[in-house]
Amino acid sequence: MMASHKQKILWSFCTAFAVYTAYVWTAGTEMPQSRPPDQQVTAGLALFQELNCIACHQFYGLGGHMGPDLTNVVSAPDKGIDYARSFIENGTSKMPDYGLSEAQVDALVQFLKFVDSTGTYPPKHPEIRWYGTVAYDAGRYAQ
Amino acid sequence: MEQWPTTPVATHNDIGLRFLLLGMLALAASLFFGVIGAVKFLYPEFIDGLPFYKIRPLHVSLAISWIFLTAIGGIYYYLSNFSGLTLFSNRLARWHFGIFLVTGTVILGAYVFGKFGGREYWEFPPVLALPIFLSWIMFGINYFWTVLKRRTTWPVYYWMWGTGIVFFFMTFTESYLWLLPFFRENMLREIAVQWKSYGSLVGSWNMLVYGTAIFLMEKIAEDKDLAQSKMAFGLYFLGLFNLMFGWAHHTYPVPFAAWIRDFAYIVSMTELFILGKIIWDWRGSLSIYRRYRHYRPYRFLFAADIWIFVNLVLALVISVPALNLFTHGTHVIVAHTMGTTIGINTMILLASVFFVLERRVGQDAENRYAGPVNVGFWLTNGSLPIFLAALLAAGLIKGTWPDDSFHEMMGTIEPLLLVFVVSGVGLMLGLWLVLIPAIGQMTAVVFPRRYDVGIDVPKAKDGAFGDDAGSGPAQ
Repeated sequence: MMASHKQKILWSFCTAFAVYTAYVWTAGTEMPQSRPPDQQVTAGLALFQELNCIACHQFYGLGGHMGPDLTNVVSAPDKGIDYARSFIENGTSKMPDYGLSEAQVDALVQFLKFVDSTGTYPPKHPEIRWYGTVAYDAGRYAQ
Repeated sequence: MEQWPTTPVATHNDIGLRFLLLGMLALAASLFFGVIGAVKFLYPEFIDGLPFYKIRPLHVSLAISWIFLTAIGGIYYYLSNFSGLTLFSNRLARWHFGIFLVTGTVILGAYVFGKFGGREYWEFPPVLALPIFLSWIMFGINYFWTVLKRRTTWPVYYWMWGTGIVFFFMTFTESYLWLLPFFRENMLREIAVQWKSYGSLVGSWNMLVYGTAIFLMEKIAEDKDLAQSKMAFGLYFLGLFNLMFGWAHHTYPVPFAAWIRDFAYIVSMTELFILGKIIWDWRGSLSIYRRYRHYRPYRFLFAADIWIFVNLVLALVISVPALNLFTHGTHVIVAHTMGTTIGINTMILLASVFFVLERRVGQDAENRYAGPVNVGFWLTNGSLPIFLAALLAAGLIKGTWPDDSFHEMMGTIEPLLLVFVVSGVGLMLGLWLVLIPAIGQMTAVVFPRRYDVGIDVPKAKDGAFGDDAGSGPAQ
């Protein structure tokens, strides 16, 4: 393979990658509702990171495996806000009691409500197509 | 008492050896924290002072450091000793090492003291990303200013190493876009950008590691075609294509637009070509194995070849959205990560370490520790299938669990987690048996005075280990 051919292929790839990156950064990831996070949600997100909760928990199945996925914990039928609050305030055998203030617990709960509003995980009614793709909760998300 | 060999000693331009030494120490420590983390799945109170939320980043960061330090160390060493080129700046390389060492130490300290603030995999306070940016700029300058002096056609591993450096820098930057409100305020956009960057980041270190594998095979087989052929470049561009566009199989269930997922599915399936090539070349691979099986670096490379096949099959399976539905967010993904990190990256990087060591201490000195290294090799490669099988079984149970009773699910997979812990201990002991002699020998080369036992052997001079130097494999 000639060096010039390799360079042409490389630059074609890089150009396609730049266009693709710009597109992913700006399109295809619209949220189902457009409410921007308020101050309390932002504080909850910061606290979530400072306590490194993602080491054990997941959002949309992404994160650690020691604890459960939290995407919809505040809206799940047998769980809910009080359930989440109780765990945050008291901890468990596997989760430390961080001794958080009431304001901090509120911020984390508000953050979990914000996460809940972004979608559903695991998908409730996935439709598997013969060629291997899946319509996840068809109709709810942008297709 | 056994004495370590003392010569040849490191010369002033052997900064690569320090990276290799630090990399091996990082792996040894990562394995220790990995086992503690695994035990905590069964006994959360085990070593109470180090909770899981501290152990996991310690384990993961040290494992990532092992990959980067050892790949970078090899590149510095091979450029300085095999390319016929002079490294652009040894001083810059020493600064690179110093920054990496200091920043790494501060990051580990931050984890131990519970100072977080970053995102998954980069959990340290974001300000510590700045010296990491700086160190990669230094590495990039040193690398490109060195290899651009070469006027003849570049072997494919020069392309791969250069690609790995550039893409690490770009994707590491991208992984910090969450600091900007435009990304942070839209959780879906932020997950997309985060995982797009992580997918490419893994691709970037694969470029560094696989480039090293091709370099080693070229030297072992003394066949320059291996790194110059159309097939070699074809596979490089296929890898680059996947690095750029294949990330979204990590995030299929996240409610992005369908085109992002479908495109990633198509991109991921292009790796079927690599799978087909491995099967096609199988007979040839066996005949090469018969020729070089007694040569330690090659044995590690051959082990990596087998693990590439196994992990590629697994990667293809979990990249099909219909199957990913049952594996996403489960231990199957952990099996995939561990399989590639230990089976592929670690085997290739150990081949690199032993290739370098053989040239510095000689085959005779290296063979003094053949026993423990061989036991370690087989213990590692024997424990890994059990380790992966336990994770796969646990993941499939989790993926098909009928409801969201997490506690009951964890209780059901507890026996599998016990197998995971026991085989994890096997992996740690196996790799320690390989690492301890290698660390000892590398320490003797890098810090000769401390280990000097008065053996009168001529000291190495700059450039003493030129292109194709060394004893090489038994033919």
